[in-house]
Amino acid sequence: MGSVMGSMTDTLTLAVELAWWQQTGIRAVVGLLAVLLPAGTLVYLFLFKMMSFMQSRLGPMEAGPYGSLQLLAEVGKFLQKEDILPRKADRVVFKAAPFVVLISTFLLVLVIPAGPDAWFIDVDTGIFLALAVSSISVIGILMAGWASSSKYSLLGGLRAAGQLVAYELPLVLAVMGVVIQAGTLNVQDIVMSQANGEIFGWGGIGNPFILTQFVGFAIFLVAVQAELTQPPFDMPVAESEIVTGYLTEYTGLRFLLFFIGEFATAGIFAALAATLFLGGWYVPGLDPTSDLFNVIGPAILLGKVILVAFLIFWFRFTYPRFREDQLQQLAWKVLIPLSLANIVLTGVLKVVF
Amino acid sequence: MTALGDTRQLAYIAGQASDARVNVELETEGMTLNIGPQHPATHGTLRVIVKLDGERVVAAEPVMGYMHRGYEKLSEVRTYPQVTTLVNRIDWLGSFANEVPFILAAERLMDVEAPPRAQWIRTALFELSRIANVVLFLGDMGVQLGAVTPVFFAFRDREFVLNQIEAVTGGRFHPNFDRIGGLKDDLPKGWIEETKGVLGRIRTFCDEMEDLVTGNEIFQARTRGIGVIPADVGLSYGLSGANIRASGVDWDLRRDGGVGLVHDQLDWKVWTHPDGDSFARYWVRLQEVREACDMVDQLLDGIPSGPVMAKVPRIIKVPAGEAYVETENPLGVMGYYVVSKGDLVPYRVKIRSASFNNISITPWLLEGTYVPDVISILASLYFILGDIDR
Repeated sequence: MGSVMGSMTDTLTLAVELAWWQQTGIRAVVGLLAVLLPAGTLVYLFLFKMMSFMQSRLGPMEAGPYGSLQLLAEVGKFLQKEDILPRKADRVVFKAAPFVVLISTFLLVLVIPAGPDAWFIDVDTGIFLALAVSSISVIGILMAGWASSSKYSLLGGLRAAGQLVAYELPLVLAVMGVVIQAGTLNVQDIVMSQANGEIFGWGGIGNPFILTQFVGFAIFLVAVQAELTQPPFDMPVAESEIVTGYLTEYTGLRFLLFFIGEFATAGIFAALAATLFLGGWYVPGLDPTSDLFNVIGPAILLGKVILVAFLIFWFRFTYPRFREDQLQQLAWKVLIPLSLANIVLTGVLKVVF
Repeated sequence: MTALGDTRQLAYIAGQASDARVNVELETEGMTLNIGPQHPATHGTLRVIVKLDGERVVAAEPVMGYMHRGYEKLSEVRTYPQVTTLVNRIDWLGSFANEVPFILAAERLMDVEAPPRAQWIRTALFELSRIANVVLFLGDMGVQLGAVTPVFFAFRDREFVLNQIEAVTGGRFHPNFDRIGGLKDDLPKGWIEETKGVLGRIRTFCDEMEDLVTGNEIFQARTRGIGVIPADVGLSYGLSGANIRASGVDWDLRRDGGVGLVHDQLDWKVWTHPDGDSFARYWVRLQEVREACDMVDQLLDGIPSGPVMAKVPRIIKVPAGEAYVETENPLGVMGYYVVSKGDLVPYRVKIRSASFNNISITPWLLEGTYVPDVISILASLYFILGDIDR
């Protein structure tokens, strides 16, 4: 997906010169693909199929082979629906909210490399940027909750705000271990340091950080689960309590945007986890600088994304939800101390070895 | 002395005043939230008006009647055999059990007794409809707490129970099979063997629920110590069924009632739990499904031979008199008070349905809880809207 992109920014490696608008066009298409393709895959694989199999049913079977085109049918359905605005809603804020959430998703995908040269932007503060833009979605959700002028939405929005702020911290702290070990905030360099790493002098499979940072990985997954407002942390959209929280008043296209945003964010957080802990686009046995990775890198990354997303969705379909106070307790009393201890231990070991 | 005293007093007054000011400033306006009548959690049209302070419930009031269908009044213009069609729809998940107490009341008035075979089959169907009803609760409790998967398992396995009920009665949801003086038909061929297989499935389902739901730490954190009903409070609100047994009251009409079912000839036990919280209610129901499976097993082994219908006139006229019969239905105690004036139709029918009393404890129980617990407590009380409103 991003492979064309990386080369595109560096015109020296490319034989043809492209006009600015052509470059921009390709960027936009590849960016859309990078967000929508994983999102669609996750929806189909996990929401439609895995969930169905876990619940002893088949899931969609009619649209396309094994229901693979069901998502398109769903999108078509949502596009046809009436776009209802509640009478007392704050119109501008209400309309803007889904876009704010989606923007956060699109900005997140920027920092994730899909090959040695396949990236959108290569910044030295990549992880920092990713974690910063991921918190924009809180604003969108709070906007949606407030502007709907519905009590359920208000409760949902406030629950979401409290929850996302609380879980931002373990998310950041879990990543810190990786950053310390790699010695850089640049995502591409983190992948490279995993690819070139050695386990006690043996470099056969590189050194994926999950081997040393498994605590960080676990905390990261839990925090991601909470950031995505999925069960067991789905109080903001708890359908049996507050209908669907901040989504209650949304219909049609705007609901679809929230829906896509949720699954795209799930995919991108899974990609982030795969990049930070599982070696990103790299597979052992090949030279990490070879051009081949620009071609197969995206596919490898997608494979790892599905692996991580499987874990995320497995929890989603199995667990009941916490209450808010229990959720805050988990964040402040368990996850944050644990991740701080992890950071200290990582720092000490980093100095020792 | 006066100067010092004045200063102190003034300081005290000033302190009080500033406290009062802070209190007024910090006081927030309460919010009234309507949970229902259209709400995903109430599976029906119960409306609970909760007054909230933040997410804490200050006061809760259940509003009933959105689904009132007037069965008591309608019964007065239906002949006795026709009434079962109506009362089927009270607790629509375990419909056959609704017919039984009414038929027993009519039989008592007419002084007929169903032949033993009919009584055994009646009891077996009674317990099967308990399984069909409570199995759905075991899954639905998960949904109310945010876990979607258990309810699909519940629907999957409940289907087999419904198949068995359908095989005997011809109706999946509304059998209308019980007759004054016996049953409409005998069992179909091979039914006993099939039902034993189904009971095996239900037992596996109970084990699954133990793994998936009761063993789950989050489920326990959400239900243990939540919505505690002390035994005396529960009794004073007229709770019945598993709700009161979960508070440690050892009271089950199947054992203590002595009505025309054959539970007294079976080997079974009444499950109680000392805690009285949401978890206890779930746990007791889970054990009761297992117990019901064992009961049906024994019933199937012991069905005596003979006719399934006593000698009853074709046109049923019930002699004048009145009778009250209550049985331990899936949701709790269900009773029919039937008054007859010797007509084709009952003069008056009063239905005591379990959910109506079970839900009446909510204002007391929900006060001071949080919104998420409101849902889990309501779910654990396990009401069926048709059973509340009739």
